[in-house]
Amino acid sequence: MNSFTYARPDDITEALREKSIQVETTKFIAGGTNLLDLMKENVERPTRLIDLNRLPLSQIEELPDGSLRLGALATNADTAYHPEVQSRYPLLNQAILAGASPQLRNMATDGGNLLQRTRCYYFYDLATPCNKREPGTGCSAIGGYNRIHAILGASAECIATHPSDMCVALAALGATVQVSHPTGERSIPFEDFHRLPGNTPHLDNNLTPGELITSIDLPAKGFEKNFSYLKLRDRSSYAFALISVAAALELDGDRITDARLALGGVAHKPWRDQEAEALLIGQPATSDTFRRAAAKVVEGAQGQGSNDFKIELAKRAIVRALKQAAEMSEEVNVNVFQNSNP
Amino acid sequence: MMTTDYIGKPTNRVDGPAKVAGTAKYAAEFNVPNLLYGYVVSSPIAKGKITKINAEEVLALPGVHKVFSHENVPSLAWFDRSYKDDVAPGGSPFRPLHSAEVKYSQQPVALVVADTFELARYAASVLEIEYEQTAHETDLSKHIDDAREPGGGKTGYKPPKSRGNFGRGWEQGVAKVEANFQHGAQHHNPMENFATTVEWLGDKSLNVYDKTQGAFNSQQYIMKVFGLSKDQARVISKYTGGGFGSGLRPQYQLFLAVLASLELERSVRVSLTRQQMFSFGHRPHTLQHVALATNADGSLSGINHFAVAETSQFEDFTENVVGWSGMIYDCKNVKLGYRLSKLDVYTPLDMRAPGAASGSIALEIAMDEMAEAAGLDPVEFRLRNYADYDQEQNLPFSSKKLRDCYHEGATKFGWANRNPAPRSMRQGNRLIGWGMAGGIWDSATQPAQAKASLDADGHLRVQSGSNDIGTGTYTIMTQIAAETLGLPIEAVTFELGDTLMPEAPVQGGSWTASSVGTAVRKACQALGEKLLKQAQKMDESAFADATIDDVQFVNGQLRLRTDPDQAVVLRDLVQASGEPRLEAENSKLPGMLGMLKPAQYSMHAHNAVFVEVQVDEELGTIHVTRVVNAVAAGRILNPKTARSQVLGSVVWGISMALMEESVMDHRFGRYMNHNYAEYHIPVNADIHDIDVIFVHEEDDKVNELGVKGIGEVGLLGVAAAISNAVYHATGKRVRDMPVMIDKLL
Repeated sequence: MNSFTYARPDDITEALREKSIQVETTKFIAGGTNLLDLMKENVERPTRLIDLNRLPLSQIEELPDGSLRLGALATNADTAYHPEVQSRYPLLNQAILAGASPQLRNMATDGGNLLQRTRCYYFYDLATPCNKREPGTGCSAIGGYNRIHAILGASAECIATHPSDMCVALAALGATVQVSHPTGERSIPFEDFHRLPGNTPHLDNNLTPGELITSIDLPAKGFEKNFSYLKLRDRSSYAFALISVAAALELDGDRITDARLALGGVAHKPWRDQEAEALLIGQPATSDTFRRAAAKVVEGAQGQGSNDFKIELAKRAIVRALKQAAEMSEEVNVNVFQNSNP
Repeated sequence: MMTTDYIGKPTNRVDGPAKVAGTAKYAAEFNVPNLLYGYVVSSPIAKGKITKINAEEVLALPGVHKVFSHENVPSLAWFDRSYKDDVAPGGSPFRPLHSAEVKYSQQPVALVVADTFELARYAASVLEIEYEQTAHETDLSKHIDDAREPGGGKTGYKPPKSRGNFGRGWEQGVAKVEANFQHGAQHHNPMENFATTVEWLGDKSLNVYDKTQGAFNSQQYIMKVFGLSKDQARVISKYTGGGFGSGLRPQYQLFLAVLASLELERSVRVSLTRQQMFSFGHRPHTLQHVALATNADGSLSGINHFAVAETSQFEDFTENVVGWSGMIYDCKNVKLGYRLSKLDVYTPLDMRAPGAASGSIALEIAMDEMAEAAGLDPVEFRLRNYADYDQEQNLPFSSKKLRDCYHEGATKFGWANRNPAPRSMRQGNRLIGWGMAGGIWDSATQPAQAKASLDADGHLRVQSGSNDIGTGTYTIMTQIAAETLGLPIEAVTFELGDTLMPEAPVQGGSWTASSVGTAVRKACQALGEKLLKQAQKMDESAFADATIDDVQFVNGQLRLRTDPDQAVVLRDLVQASGEPRLEAENSKLPGMLGMLKPAQYSMHAHNAVFVEVQVDEELGTIHVTRVVNAVAAGRILNPKTARSQVLGSVVWGISMALMEESVMDHRFGRYMNHNYAEYHIPVNADIHDIDVIFVHEEDDKVNELGVKGIGEVGLLGVAAAISNAVYHATGKRVRDMPVMIDKLL
């Protein structure tokens, strides 16, 4: 780990000012659950860290329009277990709790969750070329071991995936990211926050270097009646998603009146598919409907070898997640067990 | 038969409080004064040579003391034999920083030594090293044809022996199965990373706190390599945070820490990172072929088991993969083969149930396939082919209660309720599968020494330079000593992990309970005889004519069997002796002689495993919801720690079956998932009901204690039983471990 200097400002203005001094080599740090790993691996080598933990940004509060504001410094654990989140946004609760471990969720912040970097093996290993880590060196995952890599929206320069579970639910719910910069503030719709790799895979998102996330706002509508976060992975906990699906439905009888569908583990960003959502809305909540939506999502999906199976798995997972959301029964939940001891 | 005040009783770990309170210190936790820190630089290439090391910039950093590399390592021992440790296979051992040659990816190529760990790590990250890369070969599947019979040289390796005529047996068979199997490389990954703290005592005298499974093995290695005397090279390893075989050989951080300490004349610590835990021995990637045939009555007419495994370019790592297939079932015609292919990787290393864990996957899945082809229940099929004596060695078993394992395991599991047809059992959305398998493992005893000493306060201290890798050695040795001299367990302290103590073998091979246990018992018995002699010196001693058989040690007293009222307190005997303590050691000789005698019995532990899986077929997820593991391993010294051993084995088996694999990108010749996030082992949520049964088995031939060792046998059959259960659930046979989601879609 290289040497760095450290500052701990008390307010946003001071944090932004500190950051602006050497904007490219200074990093904000909050929970540090990803940044410290990356620094130990020499993937990130900041010269200065601005510790945000004294900023007044850990509140979770309802806004006048009925939306819920998650302060950027609210921890993942406090968010998941917040009564408003549990009752109004249970999809977000499920998604957060599907990720990491209790210890990590206690440290990790909501703002930081958006900014966690890919878990691509090659990104983490300095012995191998990686365009995201070192632009222009090449993508080792293409033609290599790419079980956890993208099937949608990848480029010839990068096939990494975004590792967050929380962000998949935020994409489905249509959250808004509030950002401050030295000369003001702006709102970024969640779908526009993260980027596809294109020919700039070193950029994970559309924040400019001087900007700071202050909150994530959830719209009033939480799909609390019919929702599902289905995460498929190589072990039951503490593993990143091979495929995850956030599905949320609004039903009138068995007719779908509104729908949200987003996937994790498939792309460089949480992958919300509004065309697939459109195929659900107005249709009966049946397997046929779900299959049509699933087919739509994986249109144009491309495997890279070790992840070819994820195209079929994504389809099946979408169908299952929509079914779970429609039925809301334990029966179909992949994570509930009872052994058949006679 | 000995009395059973402690032996056989569930006893809490005597080292538990120290571990929970954090007072148990591990190799990297000895903060000796003036310590320097070494950080290892690992090779990014798999093969080639180092052309340039530019250390100037790094050495200019304040606080950096030295950069060790092949360019400046002093001349050390010349011959290969100096680098061979107790567990080394045949060949030429790897010598760290020996030459410019790079033999495998992540090879240690330099050590940066600095005032702090952080500085050493930073300096290592900016050290400029240039390489000239040459083409490497790391893919076993492309080198099957190069495979050849291994050279010998590894203790415990038995070249497989064929018998009868498999060709004829195959021809005669009325039902036949034949299939290929494989599993990838696996790394031990104990929780505690490898580390060595060397305390410089002056004049080349060192206290070496090492993470190892054998302090004496580490001591011998550094004595030979660095030309140190025994007095100069004390090795201490009192607590070990898991081993699983990774600590059987001295690892390179030991070499580097000792090198740096001797050169700088300072205390030095070198600890490896988790990523570097993938830079040495591993369970080798292994490909297997099994063919089985049966007669009309379901008896096996032929067994053919062939395996090809990887090894390094410089050593022939051998393990007994296929030999068990000629031993566990009754069959006249057995053809076995085992070959190695040399690749540009580090030498593999024994990993929990080495060889057997691999071989049993192939044999026991094939047995399941064979049972189905022969129209027999898998348990019934195994019973029909039960081996009553060891046909490979042509010896009777000292004991073999595998039949009881089948019966008791099946009963507990409810196997009788199994519908044999695949895909016939369902619960809600999921297919249910029940599968079983079995296993066999050596029961070995090695020479070991122990010393027992009773002080004037009546406290017994027993020492043997063994190790406790979490298995419960501290506890069972305390039990044995307490029982032998009739003392309360609180009055006994057992100590291990120091080369100043009597010598013990590396902790491995499931032999510690039998080997060190026997030594402890004999040392305590020898002390008992001394105490009797002391009693006989007393005026008008009631013990004057007593022999050791006439007395017993109970409640801290020595007393006459025939007249228990004639008793003397042990503490008083020490006080009467005028010595501060009375001491005795076991004699090493009987053990050695026993080794030289031709074996009269085949001595093995056995097990049978029954598992239930639930498979969500649509999504490919598998959960092992129930396991019953019935183990016959002779006398169980401590059912509590023994159960923990078997629970750990089952978890390990679930890991082998469903998730664990070091995945190499052959373009780089490098393991890519080299961290705990991506190298998957089970988490709590993966583990459901596990039932452990210890089948009653008395064995007075295996050793005086009647113990067979339980460190490894519990793992056998678990992965195969899971694969068999997955087949029963889905109708899909998976022979390529681990069985991950994509293999079931």
